Amino acid sequence: MNAPVPLARLNGARLEDSRFTVPGMRCAGCIAKIERGLCELDGVEAARVNFSAKRVAVRHAATLNSRDIVDALARIGFEAQAVADNPLAQDDREARALLRALAVAGFGMMNIMLLSVSVWSGAAGVTRELFHWLSALIAIPVIAYAGRPFFASATMALRYRRTNMDVPISIGVLLATGLSLYETATGGAHAYFDGAVMLLFFLLAGRALDATMRNKTRAGIGALLSRMGKSATVLDASGTSRTVTAEELEPGMLMLVAAGEALAADGIVEHGSTALNNAMLTGESTPQFAGQGDTVYAGAINLGNAVRIRVTATASDTALAEIARLMDEAGQSRSTYVRIADRASRLYAPAVHSLALLAFVGWMVAGAGWYQALVIAIAVLIITCPCAMGLAVPAAQVVASGALARHGLLVKDGSALERLAEVDVALIDKTGTLTLGEPVPQLGHLAEQQASIALALAQTSRHPLSRGITQALVQQGIAAAAIEKVEEQPGQGVTGWFGDVPVALQRPETAGAALSTSLQIGADAVAIAFSDPIRADAGEALRALEAEGIEASIVSGDRAAPVAEVAHKLGIGWQAELLPDAKLKLLEDHMVAGHRPLMVGDGINDGPALAAAHASIAPGTASDASQQAADAVFLGGSLMPVALAVRVARRTMVIVRQNFAFAVLYNVLAVPLALAGLVTPLIAAVAMSLSSLVVVANSLRLARAAR
Amino acid sequence: MSGLAFLIPIALGMGLLGLGGFFWAMRKGQFEDLDGAAQRILIEDEEDME
Repeated sequence: MNAPVPLARLNGARLEDSRFTVPGMRCAGCIAKIERGLCELDGVEAARVNFSAKRVAVRHAATLNSRDIVDALARIGFEAQAVADNPLAQDDREARALLRALAVAGFGMMNIMLLSVSVWSGAAGVTRELFHWLSALIAIPVIAYAGRPFFASATMALRYRRTNMDVPISIGVLLATGLSLYETATGGAHAYFDGAVMLLFFLLAGRALDATMRNKTRAGIGALLSRMGKSATVLDASGTSRTVTAEELEPGMLMLVAAGEALAADGIVEHGSTALNNAMLTGESTPQFAGQGDTVYAGAINLGNAVRIRVTATASDTALAEIARLMDEAGQSRSTYVRIADRASRLYAPAVHSLALLAFVGWMVAGAGWYQALVIAIAVLIITCPCAMGLAVPAAQVVASGALARHGLLVKDGSALERLAEVDVALIDKTGTLTLGEPVPQLGHLAEQQASIALALAQTSRHPLSRGITQALVQQGIAAAAIEKVEEQPGQGVTGWFGDVPVALQRPETAGAALSTSLQIGADAVAIAFSDPIRADAGEALRALEAEGIEASIVSGDRAAPVAEVAHKLGIGWQAELLPDAKLKLLEDHMVAGHRPLMVGDGINDGPALAAAHASIAPGTASDASQQAADAVFLGGSLMPVALAVRVARRTMVIVRQNFAFAVLYNVLAVPLALAGLVTPLIAAVAMSLSSLVVVANSLRLARAAR
Repeated sequence: MSGLAFLIPIALGMGLLGLGGFFWAMRKGQFEDLDGAAQRILIEDEEDME
């Protein structure tokens, strides 16, 4: 493991590891292309793709910086972004610890069962005693290791004088182990080591499932994050450019912002003019013209030409920072939400514990010795231990979130699913949420030849408008014309020759705020206008929400006219020209009125509302802050996943309640047996695994719920 | 009865072997990229690669 380091020092080149997210990889071909393409790059020693996390880890010489590698990936055809040191390490560690505990519990369970089966089938005398001792030898280290997650959480809860699901579990396991040890030492007939270890195994399976689901979605969302505004290119006095992170920017620096980049700080345009998309910041759908001397804000995306901007405010002073502060405050209320499993255990734990106590007192009064009374009380605890309950919630939620992920909706955790099921009114942002949020060209008026020339020119450029044209035409199945001598003049357009006719895709003569580009073929010129269309299935998705009894309305920061137009088209209520704190206020009004609002939005201006809402969903194109604040993220151009999320979340809660009902029913049947002193380790083991299997099987029905 | 003296240690030993194998695989990162492993089998080896 240490070998490469001294070797590299000998060669005089220091090696570095960098990670990049590459959201665009979809198949084996992409893996091969990325790994081979990067290895061909000078200075790269190794590149390894992690397909699950959509990342590539590159080991390269220190002389190569991350910008070079991102550029190299772009040349291969993949959009990439450097990632800071593994932000998921913490969650990963927790999931690994659970998996290890699960493996140990599985090992212990199998071996103890092996011994128990022989005891059940009639082993007696010395053999039984030997087997009990062997079981104890296996069980004690296994319980000490695999039980830690439960014991730790139970101690924590008790220290704060609260109770959670882990308190009855820990008490049950510890008492069962203690009693079995006593039985073994005194040569008794019944030892419950198998029951205790099996309980831990099933419960750990539920926890491990829960953790894996959370990690998977976080990795999916992590791949979407950090696409904008994290770094900037600055020019120094001599005109050389270098890349700095947003934190290193200082007022007075000169930023160079290329087309398609986001502004990392507030500033004043010093050179050039362009169209800026402020949708993330204000919800305004029409791009704004920014010329020399205009003030521009961090978070805006440059749609036009490269401009130079003198930085006036950075990091904590920007317009963005104020919104971030609002978000922090708004997020506080959600932390008081109590998950359904904990709500259930608040009722369940006292009931079970008093039942066990009653059994003990009852048998004492009835004249049984303290030993027999204690054995029966512990049998009650073991058989009522919430084995099925521990699985009831995670099993259903994992299956549901898996089904939703296949339809392009990533739910962050189980609590999010529970809250999504409870919403009764929806507030939806317009720009980027109901609409696609990116400029889509109007190409209906182009003849086929014009379209193929436009495609040939557009596909050579990485300008956002060119990329919009390329994407739209490729989807229509247009083939590119053969264009020669293609040249791109930054800020002007692309030119080339179609046979002996000069062709060009250019900035229109009249500079205005409305986005358009001009296609020139010889002496003819055709304008291509861009607009931000409503998502194709927005109406359908809103009807689906309505069918669930959820009334939707638009809350937008955009001007009244465009909002009213969209609202009219979709037939829903609207409010326009809302500032971030006005959105937040509106949301709080709903909550005060007893509603549980669902917020769907993408912009930074939606952030506070997303954080405060009972549940929230953001599109995959949303700002980092919004995706982090939202409970779920949906991918692609369809709005349907939003309606689907609510439907599946509600279906999940139905299944969860069925699982709980089953667990309670099972206890109602089993407890009299335990109270009567009839529960042997065999009955406890069979009942426990049977109830767990029923709960898991019932949860699997959710796999079809998302259809 | 004397068979037990062999069979139980064997059963335990095999179980421990499996457990050890799982821990080793986890530390070596065998479960890091499950989807990727499924895809990689489709990559054709290039002849000029070592």
